[in-house]
Amino acid sequence: MLDVLTEPFSAGIMQRALLEILILGAVGGALGCWIVLSELSYGAESLAHGMFPGLVVAALAGVPLLLGGAVGILVAALAVALAGRIPGIGRDNSVAVVVTTLFGLGALLALSPDVPPGIQGLLFGDILGTTEGDLIAGAALAAGLLVALRLMHWRLLAVGFDRSSARAVGASPLVADAVLLTLLAVAVLVAVQGLGNLLVVAVLVAPAAAARLLCRRLLPMMVAAVAIAVAAGIAGLYLSYYAKVAAGASVAGLMVAAYLLARLGALVASARA
Amino acid sequence: MSDASPPIAPPGAGAALVTAADLAVGYSAAPVLTGVSFALHAGERIGVLGPNGGGKTTLFRALLDELRPLAGELRLAVRAGTVPQTERSRLDFPVSALDVALMGTIAGRPWWRRPGRAERAAAHAALRRVGLDALAERSFGELSGGQRQRVLVARALVQDARIVLLDEPFTGLDNVSAQRLEQLLDELAAEGRGVLIATHDVDQARAWDQVLCLNRRQVAFGPPAQTLTLDVLAATYGRSIVTLPQDGGERLAILPPHHHDHDH
Repeated sequence: MLDVLTEPFSAGIMQRALLEILILGAVGGALGCWIVLSELSYGAESLAHGMFPGLVVAALAGVPLLLGGAVGILVAALAVALAGRIPGIGRDNSVAVVVTTLFGLGALLALSPDVPPGIQGLLFGDILGTTEGDLIAGAALAAGLLVALRLMHWRLLAVGFDRSSARAVGASPLVADAVLLTLLAVAVLVAVQGLGNLLVVAVLVAPAAAARLLCRRLLPMMVAAVAIAVAAGIAGLYLSYYAKVAAGASVAGLMVAAYLLARLGALVASARA
Repeated sequence: MSDASPPIAPPGAGAALVTAADLAVGYSAAPVLTGVSFALHAGERIGVLGPNGGGKTTLFRALLDELRPLAGELRLAVRAGTVPQTERSRLDFPVSALDVALMGTIAGRPWWRRPGRAERAAAHAALRRVGLDALAERSFGELSGGQRQRVLVARALVQDARIVLLDEPFTGLDNVSAQRLEQLLDELAAEGRGVLIATHDVDQARAWDQVLCLNRRQVAFGPPAQTLTLDVLAATYGRSIVTLPQDGGERLAILPPHHHDHDH
């Protein structure tokens, strides 16, 4: 029995994948709570998809993905901000147009003949391909993100609770928005390595959405979200090892399954009450 | 803060906490409220009257430094604390009454420090003053409308705000809650705070020290007994005002907003 649990992690590949899951879980769970509470899920998805050309260009040029992703996110964020100002078509629509365009551009580049193999890793992630360098960079970014969340906690709380009166208690909504969006960009950058462009939103939204159904205060919610993300992530690694299915997809799928389970639990609990 | 705070300043004495001189405010170049001139002194309660869209909320946004004056002058001696309408805050937000009171400590501590023992004690003391310390751990959204208003008053107390703005705090409150809140406002003023209350209830405002009547411009400002004349009320509320015959005279009634004929 014990062998069944330990065997997958005897190889270095899986050990690094496990550490990557811990990093992803901490970042996704903690920041995810703010994303869910601030209704930024659509923004998270937009940034993740809009950065695709940056990743593809980095892969083509052989520069680190982290760098390409960072530039891609900056370009996507700028384009989204500018598109939001286009009058007459509505903010969500203009964002959708920009993001689809950027994603299409990335796909166009990705389908060119001289693309190196492994481009699909950009779309679906390559959690088993995590290198030591990825882990160090990811851990550093994750640590910075968690420190920033802790420092900004009360200001984010005051703004999220009531924007209109936040300034009166000394918390600027503008600063809070800027911090959340910056951290969102950092989180997407960290998570895109493991889960890829299309699945990254799962870790940023699903565990926190599940935790929200189970907790009534923010700190327990964050702890629960991190625990759910890590548990689903590890379960995903087992699933991928024994069922021989893609690791990123298993992890993302189980995170969404955790949300559905929490939803079901909340329904049952409210039916009993 | 102790349960019996000493007066900050004797009522009506000293420099004004708020002075507005021919103030115009608005969201673009075109002002939605003009000609506002009034002063709020320590220990005063000013009732801000006017129809919906008359400029009450706009004035409050200017007082909270969210809108810059387009013309004239607006001076505040200290930053104002505010008790917003709780319908606008997120009732599903995962915070307790104590968390909300603790938000009042944000401005008073360095940004890297979390609220410590002193801050928690101040938050509990403020909740005790508004009669809600027993519900400190209750979720904000689960409290009644009156209790939520009082938690927000507690937040302003934790801030030690010397200017307190209340935006339609009595809307939707039952009689007991309204009386309790009214008494709390009297206490805040008695401590030497300046209190501005936006309200629809003209009769209620008669008990306060001053009234400020707004209808896209300042119609009148002064003590209620002299200020709330039929002419002033008619100019403030326009066509939504009617007079009702009553024993020994006439009584004014203001129709609720959905009763008027809309001519726009």
